[in-house]
Amino acid sequence: MFKILQKSFHVGSATADYPNLSPRLAEEFRGCPEFDFEAWSDARPAAEACPTGAISFRDSDGLRTVTVDYGRCIFCGECEAASADGAVHMTRRFELASSDRRDLLLTAQYRLHPDGTHAELESSTSGRGDVLIGKRVSEAIQSLLGRSLAIRQVDAGSCNGCEQEIVALNNPVHDIERFGIHFVASPRHADMLLVTGPVTRNMELALRKTWAATPEPRIVVAVGACGISGGIFGVNYASLGGVDAVIPVDVYIPGCPPRPEALLHGILLALGRMRQRVGAI
Amino acid sequence: MTTFFDELHDRFPDLVRSVEEPVADQAVVLLNGPDVTAIVRHFIAEHQARIVSVFAEDRVSAEGVFYNYYIFDRAGDPSWVIVKVPIPERFPSFPSLAAELPAINWQEREIQDWFGLEAAGHPNPRRVALHDNWPDVHPLRKSFALDTELAPFEGEQHVYRPTYGEGVFQIPVGPVHAGIIEPGHFNFAVAGEPILYLQLRMFYTHKGTEKLFENMPIHRGVFLAESISGDSAVSHGTAFCEAVERAAGIEVPQRAQWMRVILLELERIANHVADVGAIATDAGFVIANAHAGRVREMVLGLNETLTGSRVLRGTVAIGGVRREWQPGQAEAIEGRLAIVEGEFRDLVAIIQSSDSTRDRLEHTGVLRPEKARTLGVVGVAGRASGVDRDIRRDHPYEAYGGLTFKVPVYQAGDVRHRMQVRIDEVGESIQLIRAAVARLPEGSHRAPTHPIPPGRCAMSAVEGWRGEIVHWIRTGEGNRIERCKVKDPSINNWPAIVEAVEGNIVADFPVINKSFNLSYSGTDR
Repeated sequence: MFKILQKSFHVGSATADYPNLSPRLAEEFRGCPEFDFEAWSDARPAAEACPTGAISFRDSDGLRTVTVDYGRCIFCGECEAASADGAVHMTRRFELASSDRRDLLLTAQYRLHPDGTHAELESSTSGRGDVLIGKRVSEAIQSLLGRSLAIRQVDAGSCNGCEQEIVALNNPVHDIERFGIHFVASPRHADMLLVTGPVTRNMELALRKTWAATPEPRIVVAVGACGISGGIFGVNYASLGGVDAVIPVDVYIPGCPPRPEALLHGILLALGRMRQRVGAI
Repeated sequence: MTTFFDELHDRFPDLVRSVEEPVADQAVVLLNGPDVTAIVRHFIAEHQARIVSVFAEDRVSAEGVFYNYYIFDRAGDPSWVIVKVPIPERFPSFPSLAAELPAINWQEREIQDWFGLEAAGHPNPRRVALHDNWPDVHPLRKSFALDTELAPFEGEQHVYRPTYGEGVFQIPVGPVHAGIIEPGHFNFAVAGEPILYLQLRMFYTHKGTEKLFENMPIHRGVFLAESISGDSAVSHGTAFCEAVERAAGIEVPQRAQWMRVILLELERIANHVADVGAIATDAGFVIANAHAGRVREMVLGLNETLTGSRVLRGTVAIGGVRREWQPGQAEAIEGRLAIVEGEFRDLVAIIQSSDSTRDRLEHTGVLRPEKARTLGVVGVAGRASGVDRDIRRDHPYEAYGGLTFKVPVYQAGDVRHRMQVRIDEVGESIQLIRAAVARLPEGSHRAPTHPIPPGRCAMSAVEGWRGEIVHWIRTGEGNRIERCKVKDPSINNWPAIVEAVEGNIVADFPVINKSFNLSYSGTDR
């Protein structure tokens, strides 16, 4: 007992003060890629290199429409390596949670050279361009829940990568309980379902039942590239893709897996306690 | 090898069509027909062989047959033996060996489900991979398209065996569990508190992974391999890359081999530390888990400074590793590692100072050594039950051949010793990383990649932190994968949990389950 107390005194507080302080990110940390649409001379190598199809394009009549989907991105950096023009580069941004799926999409339209490279940028958009910061969800929830929240985590088919980081929310460093948020054992005690994906055929029924067992008002947060879009697994005979293919989703948290601070950002965004940082930037 | 080849030809002139060694240390024995029984008995009796994995491949459109592959590991021999058995399309059946070799009970049933090849005489031929409400499909047949849209399922998801007796009742648990863990369904038959019989249904997280590999460009396959079981991203990633490298004859530079060793051992440390804490939690000793959480964060921080990813995503690549370390990066490992070492020592001391925790963990969830051997249990759980096996030592890959380390083996087979194996291995891994950093050679971190020739086959085996991971691949046209078989250690070890919980009280199930800590996603793929 003495040993235990001694150790606790010695360690003191281990908790990192996110979001008041930004986390100490390693120099090498890979967040989402950023695209300089003006300077991008060819989207094809990046699209070819992307393992999840987060970068895709469609050509017609000498015009190319490029779509970048942060809801599919696994932050691997292959697009940066494949783009010789330096128009794609990895950032250390990780606070990408959004209350609208469309905010995770970037599009750019190019007029093409005969060889398929970009001649001129016609237009580009990012997200809806008009963001109500988690408002839709937060108003009802905030008035009802005050400053406490109970989360039921549901693995609807994940590779368990996201679970590792969700578990980390309970450790003393990230300590989600300091926000009055805790994980509960039953959906009947839950205000929020934190769902990882892709949703498999075999988990569809269990996910629906868990959702039905959660009292209203309930928030659903889809975690990770697979939870948002099916990720590298996509839609196939065994996978239904993202969580919103089965139940309505309020907040999306990109990443593969999202680091604990990214999860916290998404959860706090859903509660209206943090601001969205993608979309209208 | 040649004497072994001659012996096989002499002993089984009618059965064996050819024996080849297309890849170093991987002998392929091709048989004339589907009956593999005599050869298998010979391997087990004469060579003290162990069956590693059984799987099938659809070669109907190319060669007019299916193949079953039986991988063997012969005692004291660093090379693998792969018995390749043709199964005609017109008569899709093979003799089951599960009654003699319970270790392949699930794997033979997987072949039935995925390929529609009957395991004739299987003692329990029910579905294992496809749930009972699935239609009659065989997703790994080439004629089945990846994006097939199956109609909504009808009927019972599972039909469990009934259990009878006075006061006997069943407790269904899952697939959504109370903690932050993966989904699976457990059906406990109990009489009072003790568990009489546990039935497991897995494959809830089946997401078509092996099918997805087919026709996938190889460079994307690495990322899919990292997502087979997210907690083993480096291990599965390395296993996949190694299989491709061996098939294609790619020489991985020395430096990259040592870097892979460091990454593999970091993954082992992070997971073992978390497990030690989680086992303590499930015994009600929460403070230990708080410290374990801190220590794990230190390891993840180190991972991030080395690779840009806390959980080591995107680290390995065909031909080596994806990113070179900057000068000083490898040398900086030691500073952090020393802190982790000290903190982990304190954590272990705290756990060991608690008599009540030890009381909960000792004699709980015992897996007896003879059971472990019969069931082919691998990895941490095997070593806690007397199975003295570690791929790093017995079939060295990467730079492991140049390293010495202790493989902890215990006979008790209870929760405490599964924890003890992890504690010992953290210490060994720290030493391995130190040795690897000290010997890290200069040179390239990645071999230049050329187009990979089609039709090449090879296997790989990696001792992941959980146990033995095996991949087997066939390359296809245009730098693609034709077939990738993935065997996670979990598939070997699930049936052992059924044995280990018998007679224990239901309340001890979580701690027993955690002490195995198997991957649902790795099992279900």
